Amino acid sequence: MSEQDSSGDVETVAEQPPTPPEGSIVRPYGDTTGDGMVQISFTLPIPHSKVAEGAAAQLANKMGMDPALVVHAKPMGPGFTFFVVYGRVNHLVDTSKVVVVERDYPLLTPKEANAAIKRALRRRLTVVGACIGTDAHTVGIDAILNIKGFAGEKGLEYYRELKVVNLGAQVSVPQLVERARAEKADAVLVSQVVTQRDAHLLNTREMSAAFRESYPSDRRPLLIVGGPRFDEAMAGELGVDRVFSRGTTPGEVASYLVHQLTQRKAS
Amino acid sequence: MSRRPHGKLDLDPATVKQARALARKVGRPIVTTAKKHTTVAVERATLRLAGLEGADAEGTPWVNRLMDVVRADTGLEHGVALPVWDALARGEAGDLVSLAQKASAGSVTFRLPEGRDAARARTASRKQVGRGIKRIDQRRVERDRMIKRQGDAPRTPWIYLIVATGDIYEDIPQAQQAAREGADVIAVIRSTGQSLLDYVPEGATREGFAGTYATQENFRLMRAALDESGKELGRYIRLTNYASGLCMPEIAALAGMERLDMMLNDSMYGILFRDINPVRTFVDQRFSRQVHARAGIIINTGEDNYLTTADAIEAAHTVTTSQLLNEYFAKEAGLEDWQLGLGHAFEIDPEVPDSFRMELAHALLARELFPAAPLKWMPPTRHMTGDVFRGYLLDGFFNLVGALTGQGILLVGMMTEAVVTPWISDRDLALQNVRYVMNAAGELHRDFRPEPDGFIVTRANQVLGESLELMERILEHEHGLLDAIADGTFGLMKRPADAGRGLDGVAKKSSVYYNPASEILEEA
Repeated sequence: MSEQDSSGDVETVAEQPPTPPEGSIVRPYGDTTGDGMVQISFTLPIPHSKVAEGAAAQLANKMGMDPALVVHAKPMGPGFTFFVVYGRVNHLVDTSKVVVVERDYPLLTPKEANAAIKRALRRRLTVVGACIGTDAHTVGIDAILNIKGFAGEKGLEYYRELKVVNLGAQVSVPQLVERARAEKADAVLVSQVVTQRDAHLLNTREMSAAFRESYPSDRRPLLIVGGPRFDEAMAGELGVDRVFSRGTTPGEVASYLVHQLTQRKAS
Repeated sequence: MSRRPHGKLDLDPATVKQARALARKVGRPIVTTAKKHTTVAVERATLRLAGLEGADAEGTPWVNRLMDVVRADTGLEHGVALPVWDALARGEAGDLVSLAQKASAGSVTFRLPEGRDAARARTASRKQVGRGIKRIDQRRVERDRMIKRQGDAPRTPWIYLIVATGDIYEDIPQAQQAAREGADVIAVIRSTGQSLLDYVPEGATREGFAGTYATQENFRLMRAALDESGKELGRYIRLTNYASGLCMPEIAALAGMERLDMMLNDSMYGILFRDINPVRTFVDQRFSRQVHARAGIIINTGEDNYLTTADAIEAAHTVTTSQLLNEYFAKEAGLEDWQLGLGHAFEIDPEVPDSFRMELAHALLARELFPAAPLKWMPPTRHMTGDVFRGYLLDGFFNLVGALTGQGILLVGMMTEAVVTPWISDRDLALQNVRYVMNAAGELHRDFRPEPDGFIVTRANQVLGESLELMERILEHEHGLLDAIADGTFGLMKRPADAGRGLDGVAKKSSVYYNPASEILEEA
């Protein structure tokens, strides 16, 4: 089937949204334009048999693959079978309708981040991090700060142009403010992992209020909180500059810091 | 007549000798420092060897509670043994648990006994701690007996697989399945951040962060499960955990008492990558290695970590240097060659021309420099991009280097590294990869002789040379290794000797310091 055929299909139906822009309809490519060929692999929790292979083909059919060719089936232990399936999908993709949430800052490599800091600040950028309240779980703050890092990315300590002060767990808000002042922190990172009855929200509000109180508004360090229970949209409500949620990597935090602080400097 | 070359790389025996001499020179002052200090973790490990288990209602272990009170009353510098067994002799409590309970309630005051009282406390503590050491000895004998009865891993390298669900009761079936699929060694990865806890959590745990907490009960449960698997499969399945971080000595003691077989235990990892105080680390490490030596545990060192932060070509000599230092510290603590799973990794950027030849040179250098050590060969992680097909090929080449250079312990690489925690199919495909390479090329090392002045031989000798230079640079520092660690000689991290986590848990030993565990372990 050619590309024109498929866009024609869409046009013949009444009540359809406007025709998609030229060239925005695509389908997978194997070796011929428009062939729709894909390859998938998966495991079913059943012993290998003819029925198992049929089940794999059925799954592929339901996923829109028709015809589906089970090219490989291998038993893995007594109760599982692994499959590789090739086949044609009948789905169309409209690239004009793809919605992506764009990051509002560019992702930098450590090298680029270091260079940007050097260029904009001409000094190292100081980051103070802590777990506040009773939370003793430094997993989050350590994943972001320790050189060991997280998800294959090195932590902020790895960045030559970042000075990292990790205060660890169970730091009180006054201690944190005091240390941030002493270190002339450019940014303060707070992690909250294990919380009960919204303690992470209360702690964060207490923290942001304390910083507002002890700094003039134009001198206040960038306040960042992170943890699995936070909603990224709550920054304003909590009085912080940014909230990072589950799965955030050190590179994202570093890139955000650089973006914000070098911009702040420029403005 | 031409002389016979030394091994495949023709390493100059004089250079190798010099390398060991330099490592000794770098390491000796550290050992001297370690001998002069004790730490809260060493003292708590001593209490654990004396049989103090359990925790209070809030989950704080009794060893921590007791240690804290003793420290407040008499200080850390004399050790925990004299005040504790003096209190027991004075009839403050009938056993260690009740003493710890009473101490945390504030109803016991400790003192430093003198004269005959001190002698009495010494004898009593030695007797009780000796029972813990004896238990470690018995567990070692038991291991040997089980290997004889169940059979050992059928070949080297031993196949090393990881489980890490966070829930010990999920880990167990996964570990047993991994053993069925061919694993010879199961490692239970610890929860992220456990290395920074200054206590060992208590009991069976069901939630962790990217890993499962190391606790005595978790050790016990997994050991029993793998003994069952060993029986089923007709080969002993080894169990691995981590003696690193702030509780290194305690975890080593627990591992010995619960018959773990291998422990991750690096001389500098905690300092460089976890910002743990250098003195704390070296003191804890020496004690934990003495315990491992006694327990017949194989240590795995962490040189692979250097290559995850630094460039694997530029930093190749730091791996060699660290291996030499780890060897020195290990042997000084009583470990034998067969217990040294010195680490290294396949982490060169595959885009670099001749990357495979270089990997081969580095791996062969480790093999020939440490001919009697098992060596722990770690798979690519840094250049695993999410392209699982390319990753599978890379793992194949990693396995091939392992086969060609006689690695003792092979951590199986997963094509989904950096994508997901391994699926059942990932593990199966990874093991197929290993089996294919071992079956097809396992004996290739018999035919493989690198050209005498070729790329591989030249590269290996160059790395060894750079390692010697690095050790000489370390020795130029006023305080040697401690200064070198402080000024960022290793990796990019600057770790001064008077900073870092756990520093407040270190004390210089007084003239009356006594530790029965150290005494018994030093006698061996």
